[in-house]
Amino acid sequence: MLEMHQVTKAYRTDLLETHALREFSLKVGKGEFVAVTGPSGSGKTTFLNVAGLLETFDSGAYRLDGEDVSRLDDDARSRVRNRKIGFIFQSFNLIPDLNVFDNVDVPLRYRRLSTADRRERINAALDLVGLSSRVKHLPSQLSGGQQQRVAIARALAGDPALLLADEPTGNLDSLMARQVMDLLEQINEMGTTIVMVTHDPELARRAHRNVQVIDGQVTDYKPYEPHAASVTVLHPHATEAAAG
Amino acid sequence: MFSYDLRLALDSLRRNPGLSALMVLAIALGIAVCTVTFTVYHAMATNPIPGKSSQLYHVTLDTWGADRPYDDDKPDEPPTLLTYRDAMYLYGAKAASRSVVMYKSGALLLPERQGVKPFVATLRVTSNEFFPMFDVPFQYGSGWDAAAEEGPQPVVVLSDETNQKVFGGENSVGRTVRLGKNDYRVIGVLKPWAPSPKFFDLNNGSFEDPEDAYLPYGWGRALEMPVYGNTNCWKAEAGNSYQDFLNSECVWLQFWAELPTAADRDRYQAFLDNYARSQKAAGRMPRPLNNRLYDVGQWLDRNEVVQRDNRVLIGIALLFLGVCLVNVVGLLLAKFLNAAPLTGLRRALGASRRDIVRQHMTEVVLLGLAGGVVGLLLAVGGLAGIRSIYGSDYNRSAYERLTEIDPTVVLVTLGLALLAGAVAGLYPSWRIGRTAPAVYLKTQ
Repeated sequence: MLEMHQVTKAYRTDLLETHALREFSLKVGKGEFVAVTGPSGSGKTTFLNVAGLLETFDSGAYRLDGEDVSRLDDDARSRVRNRKIGFIFQSFNLIPDLNVFDNVDVPLRYRRLSTADRRERINAALDLVGLSSRVKHLPSQLSGGQQQRVAIARALAGDPALLLADEPTGNLDSLMARQVMDLLEQINEMGTTIVMVTHDPELARRAHRNVQVIDGQVTDYKPYEPHAASVTVLHPHATEAAAG
Repeated sequence: MFSYDLRLALDSLRRNPGLSALMVLAIALGIAVCTVTFTVYHAMATNPIPGKSSQLYHVTLDTWGADRPYDDDKPDEPPTLLTYRDAMYLYGAKAASRSVVMYKSGALLLPERQGVKPFVATLRVTSNEFFPMFDVPFQYGSGWDAAAEEGPQPVVVLSDETNQKVFGGENSVGRTVRLGKNDYRVIGVLKPWAPSPKFFDLNNGSFEDPEDAYLPYGWGRALEMPVYGNTNCWKAEAGNSYQDFLNSECVWLQFWAELPTAADRDRYQAFLDNYARSQKAAGRMPRPLNNRLYDVGQWLDRNEVVQRDNRVLIGIALLFLGVCLVNVVGLLLAKFLNAAPLTGLRRALGASRRDIVRQHMTEVVLLGLAGGVVGLLLAVGGLAGIRSIYGSDYNRSAYERLTEIDPTVVLVTLGLALLAGAVAGLYPSWRIGRTAPAVYLKTQ
């Protein structure tokens, strides 16, 4: 599903060059649920941005769902993002002026789907996250957990091949976090590949596999073996860093 | 997708009503100033007789004295009017497809109808081809023929306004009106007709109303009718009688020739020059040969109907619009960049740069349209202000004509507003379209 090989990414200013990813290699299989952990500044978010085609990278190769997406132009990246990738953000990133229905509708609009098709997908996604009765509510009228479920519905409505979640429970209390994780697991069981960046070892343990990133490199890597959940920590400080 | 963009644009405009109103007002002010100046310019510069303006020529002969030019400001230009004897010669020669000799006069009109007061009617004393040459439209009847002109027969053609005033607008052909001391039989009534500018006679103001009634040219001489226009003379001559006036070198008659082709024009020019040479041989026309034919456009230019000031004013108005737009660009940039996190989010969710640019351009085009409508209303108010400040009873109709917004001006205004909006929005929309999707996602 996701295959990165020797990907490097550096941010440059006149005075400074910061290497966010160094020869970053990772494979995520179809239907896998992978947690990416690592300390702050380790490159997790950069990895997620590159994986989500939100940012380009300097060198290396990246195949997504069998397609080489390494050197796509901006338009093509937008298209792939829209059709193959769903995003879940820590701060939900809902559009405050739009109601629940219209928020879920946003990515579908850019796919130029028919009204009926969009409506069907939105209703199905909201059914899945249990918010069918809140379609007219604005984000401000929902709890944090409900907002994150709307964001999940938005990510799912486009039927993505890959779901990228960046600290999806970071802004939620433990009860709501658990509900969101339950939902993600349910979605994964339905066949959607999920890559989740998290600091929370508790959440990471619920993934099939953990990938540790430190200094822009994968320090703990183990190829995916279907149905064999694993947590392997090679870096001596990884657990502490993740917990912090 | 357009409906979605439209909805987003309306939502965005509603979200910041104050800012939106400010931008609409900025565009509206620029548009209003442009519309007012363009309206006046348009009225001045409009071709008053399209389709024929290049076939109609105002005829001039340089009959002026040798000591100084007719017009010190334009020393190369011949007099704009003709002497009686030259006009009569040219008219009698029938060297053009049609030719018209005429001048403006006036007389007291005594209406038959009860309750209508006598008034001084302006008259165009003209030869009979005036009506077909200038495509003058008739409501009832027609003009007179050559025989009526030779007579002259006591016939008159009334303007629509005069017919309304004197006969209540009914078909008055066959009725009689008294002008001065004579009765005239109405043989024609014009449809409402007011070419603007009044190209065929620019002596009394380029935008004044056409005359109230039209009399055969023969009556001018027979009744020694006064000239309501310019009479210019360059030498002292005997002035004891009307005949002395007719024999003088004073210029006071307007002369037009219809010359359908370039060859006709060249032939007529040669005819004029030959005539002038014969007059020189007879001791007249001391100045160098300088006889000119002006088509309608050239004639309007010669008389500076559209003055350079008007063109400068258009430039200043456009400059003002530019300043307004620069302000709008600034406000749009601030607004769009302020909403960049949402744009970043849309980009992350699959919106292409084109989608973002189109969404924002829809918003600015809407702003432009709103600015155009408000600007048009402001312009209507501004033009009404001009009318009330400058339009006296004497020249009210001229100002009304100059300050009237016609469909062309409305279309140009709205087009200009849309263009202005698009121009103002182009850079901000392009700029916001470059928003990197990842930058704002953490902070949005």
